[in-house]
Amino acid sequence: MWRNKGMGLASITSITAVLVILGLVFIMILSLNNLVVDTKDKFDEIQVFLYDSATDEQIEAIESKLEKQEGVSSVVFQSKDEALNKMKEDWGDEAYLLEGLENNPLPNTIIVKLKDIEYADSIANSIDGLDGIEEIQYNQDIVKKLILVANYVKTGGMFIVSVLILVSIFIISNTIKLTVTARKREINIMKYVGATNGYIRGPFIIEGILFGLIGAGLSIAIVYYGYEYFFNAVNDRLYVLFTIYLVPPAVLLKDILTIFISIGAGIGALGSLISLRKFLNV
Amino acid sequence: MIKFINVDKEYENGVKALSNINLSIEKGDFVFLVGPSGAGKSTLIKLILKEENPSSGRIYLNNKDITKVKNRKIPYIRRNVGVVFQDFRLLPNKTVYENVAFAMEIIGAHPKEIRRNVPMVLSMVNLSQKADCYPDQLSGGEHQRVAIARAIVNNPPILIADEPTGNLDPETAWGIMKLLRDINRRGTTILMATHAKDIVDAMQKRVIEIEKGMIVRDEEKGVYEHEV
Repeated sequence: MWRNKGMGLASITSITAVLVILGLVFIMILSLNNLVVDTKDKFDEIQVFLYDSATDEQIEAIESKLEKQEGVSSVVFQSKDEALNKMKEDWGDEAYLLEGLENNPLPNTIIVKLKDIEYADSIANSIDGLDGIEEIQYNQDIVKKLILVANYVKTGGMFIVSVLILVSIFIISNTIKLTVTARKREINIMKYVGATNGYIRGPFIIEGILFGLIGAGLSIAIVYYGYEYFFNAVNDRLYVLFTIYLVPPAVLLKDILTIFISIGAGIGALGSLISLRKFLNV
Repeated sequence: MIKFINVDKEYENGVKALSNINLSIEKGDFVFLVGPSGAGKSTLIKLILKEENPSSGRIYLNNKDITKVKNRKIPYIRRNVGVVFQDFRLLPNKTVYENVAFAMEIIGAHPKEIRRNVPMVLSMVNLSQKADCYPDQLSGGEHQRVAIARAIVNNPPILIADEPTGNLDPETAWGIMKLLRDINRRGTTILMATHAKDIVDAMQKRVIEIEKGMIVRDEEKGVYEHEV
């Protein structure tokens, strides 16, 4: 079995490569997913900016119209003072910059929380033209684009990984072929003596699975520790830029373990089976 | 025990290997299968071992129609037929004992049974003292005796020998024939394909002659060929 060290190495390398790429794709998809969810949270509201001159009746009219719309989760009035205080909180260390403001430039706002960003359009349209409204702001575009990008990455990633898995299976089936043809005589004799196909297949499938598990082990180590390194180096800076966090490595570990081990073993076993069937009619 | 009814075998390239084969071999028979090279002897044996399937006709083994049997049942058919080849076909990385035991392991025999039967069969073929040797330490005759031991360790009702003495010198060949005769006397049906004229003439057993895919002669107490 270990006569073909070179080819065995090739198999293990190819499985490792597939799984590492799979891991990267996986992490990318998860992170993007995270981003989408985060973004959806932040963007799941419509902000209705009101003129300072808006009257109470006008504001009430707007609020009651909004409350009647489908998809509205809550309607909350936020005064300019409240808005300024919230901004100071958000800005944290840099809040001192806001101290010097003479007039509060922020408007009074009605914040409409949405059940789903799908409703944003219809709700905005419903209050269009009412008195007292300076501007209706919602960020549908960004979220839609983000979801689109995420989907492309998902599809593209899955496609690449599928191709790589097929390539891996092919490489393994060719490696096992060497072992199989080397033991062709033996297998022939086994058949004459009356061994069932299952009995003959056993050792080869185990060999394939072994390759798969070794490849999985290697790739898990590479992906996990590689990502951890990347995470520690980059995560803090990322938050300042995008107000998001990357998915922490520890969270991913369990999933990566299950996925890699099963795909690795699967590729190995499948490669063996195909090789046996193709080269031996067993 | 072995019955061929109207069996034809034609290969895809048009070669007609066997035509209209009808034969019946009873339990306990000892039958020689003779004929020139390419006449169809090997094909006939392949059909019995389910290596090939007949183009038409029926084949019965132990009263079971094996023509209709599914592929995954083939190993079980083969377990009823011991086979001995011209080139011995022992597993090179196993000892004599392990080679014979292998045939029992494959059918899932109990280790106790194996420990009991293998030595018994090895003594039958006079190789007890070589049980721990590897094939490359054996002579041709010893190879064949191991092969025979392996073929009979599971007590199959039928033993097929395809030119078993082909690679052996005359004296060793006779040793093998005596062994086969003993096995036959104990009740095993034997079908042996061979070119060994002397052996066939001397043994006075049933002879089936095949020529160009057809049976041209089938006689009890036959000889290899009739002088013209």
